[in-house]
Amino acid sequence: MLELTKVSKLFNPGTPNEKIALMDANLKLNPGDFVTVIGSNGAGKSTLMNIISGVLKPDVGEVRIAGEAIHHHPEHARSRWIGRVFQDPMAGTAPRMTIEENLTMAYKRGQRRGFGWGATAKRRAIFREQLQRLGIGLENRMHAKVGLLSGGERQALSLLMSTFTKPQILLLDEHTAALDPARAELITRLTDEIVRDMKLTTLMVTHNMEQAIRLGNRLIMMDKGRIILDIPQEKKADLTVAQLLGEFERISGHQLSDDRIVLG
Amino acid sequence: MLASIYGAIVLGLLYALMALGVYITFRILDFPDLTVDGSFVTGGAICATMISNGYNPYLATLAGFAGGVIAGICTGLLHTKGKINGLLAGILMMIALYSINIRIMGSPNVSLLNIKTVVSPLLDEKIGVYIAVAGVAVLLIKALLDLFLHTDLGLALRATGDNARMIRSFGANTDRTKILGIGLSNGLVALSGALLAQHGGYTDVNMGVGMIVIGLASVIIGEAIFGMRRVWIATLAVVVGSIVYRIVYALALRVEWFDSSDLKLITAVLVIIALVIPQVRRAMKQKSVARKRTLELLGQSAGKGGRA
Repeated sequence: MLELTKVSKLFNPGTPNEKIALMDANLKLNPGDFVTVIGSNGAGKSTLMNIISGVLKPDVGEVRIAGEAIHHHPEHARSRWIGRVFQDPMAGTAPRMTIEENLTMAYKRGQRRGFGWGATAKRRAIFREQLQRLGIGLENRMHAKVGLLSGGERQALSLLMSTFTKPQILLLDEHTAALDPARAELITRLTDEIVRDMKLTTLMVTHNMEQAIRLGNRLIMMDKGRIILDIPQEKKADLTVAQLLGEFERISGHQLSDDRIVLG
Repeated sequence: MLASIYGAIVLGLLYALMALGVYITFRILDFPDLTVDGSFVTGGAICATMISNGYNPYLATLAGFAGGVIAGICTGLLHTKGKINGLLAGILMMIALYSINIRIMGSPNVSLLNIKTVVSPLLDEKIGVYIAVAGVAVLLIKALLDLFLHTDLGLALRATGDNARMIRSFGANTDRTKILGIGLSNGLVALSGALLAQHGGYTDVNMGVGMIVIGLASVIIGEAIFGMRRVWIATLAVVVGSIVYRIVYALALRVEWFDSSDLKLITAVLVIIALVIPQVRRAMKQKSVARKRTLELLGQSAGKGGRA
C-alpha cells in the first residue's frame, strides 16, 4: 500500500549544521497494517511523516502509494490518499469556523472544491452520525466554533476529520502527546476503534512505549535517521517495555533518550 | 446638516464595497493588502476612460471590477509564487499601479461631467431613492459574498486565513485560494472606485491615497458595533461600519477648528485606538480572571486544611 524505497533527507546540506534526517529508509506497509514508530529525539520520525505527507521532499528515493510514485506531488495533492493528525491539537482544525464547516472541508478531502453549497442537509446528517461515534456530545454542538472546544475535543474532531473519508494511508504524528493522561487515553481508544473498524493502513509515531506495543500489528524503531528494527505481529504480542528498551540499546549502542518518553 | 448626513450614507454605501474587499484580505485571509490604494483608482480609471470614450457605463463598471481582480491576482502571485513578503508585495503593486493608472487615463485625471453613467440618473432623483437603490445593490453584493463564503471553495478560502496547514492537509492549494481571495478583494475595491468615480464625476490618480486605512476603519467600526460571530453578521457589520465612518467624517468636517486635511490623521488615530483597546482590555481581563481563580483555589485549599 505504502512503499518507501531508499529515502534520504539532509537538513542544511553543505553547512556546518548539516544533519542527517533520514538515511536510506526502506519501508513497506501492506493494506491494513497498523505500524507504530518509536525512536529517540531526532531519530527522523517526524521527517518520515513529513516526507510521506509531502511537507518535505526526499533528496533521494521514492515514495509510492498503491504503486503510484507520489514523491513529486505537493502536499495538497497527496491529500487524495493521505489523512493526517498532528501532534498539536490546534493544528488539525480551523478555530474560527464551526464544527460543521470543519467537517465539510474534511469531507472534500482531496477533491476539487467548487461553488457547490458546503454544509448541505445530506452532509450534515452524515456528520451528526459520525460525531456520535466519538461519544463526547459534539453532535449537539455542530454550530459551535472549534476554537471553543478543549484540546481533547479538538483532537478527537481532528481524528474523525482525517478518517471518516477512509484515506488509503493514515498518519498519526504523536497525536496524543500534547494531551493530559485522561484525554490521551480517550484519543488512543478512539484511534484503536476507528483504525480497526475501517481497516485503515496506519503509521503512528508515539513516545509512549506501552502504547507502541499495545496498539497495531507492527512496530518499527528508528535511530539517527535509520530504521533499525522492524518487529512483526508474532513477536510484538508478548513484548515488554523492558525488552523493547533493551533491544534498542543492543542495536543502537546507546540508551533510548527522549525528554518526553513515557514508559507506560 | 441632514442633507450632509444623507450624502454621507450614499458615500458610505459606495465605499462599503471597498470595505468588504478589505474585510476579505484583512480579516478572512489575515493578509494586510496595500494594493487597495492603487486598485481603487484602477477601477475608477478604467471605468471613467471607457465611459468618456462612449462605452456602455455598465460594461465600463464591470471592466473596472475586472481590472481590480487582475491587480489583486498580481499581488497574490508576487506573494505566493514570488515569495515576497505580503506587505511588500502590496506596496510594490500599489506603486506600479500609480503609473499604470495614469497610462490607462492618458493623464492624471478624467472628467465625467455631463456624461450619462450608471449613477447619473440617480443623482437627479431624490436622495432617498439614491440611498434605497444603492442600499439594495450593496446588500445584494454582500449576500452573494456571504453565499460564496459558504460554498466548498469559500470554506477553503476562509480556512486558508484561519489554519493554512490544516486545509492544505485536506487538499486545498493555499497559494491558489490566497490568489483568489486577494483577486476578489481588489475586484470589489475597484468596483467601489468605479462607482465613486461616476458619483463624483471624475477619477483622479490620487483619489486612492489612504484608502486601505479607511477600509480598515470601516471594518473595525463595524466589528465594534456588531461583532463578527457569523459571516453574514460580519459582512453586514462592515457595510454599517462604512456608513458610520462616512457620517462621522461628515460631522467632523463641520467642526470649526478641523481642516479637511486633518481627516486622514483622525482616521489613522481612530484605527490605532480600535486596534490597541481590545488588546489592553484582553490583557486586563486575563489578569483579573487569573487573580480571581488563584484566590478561589487558595480559598479551597485553605478550607480543606481547616477541615482536616
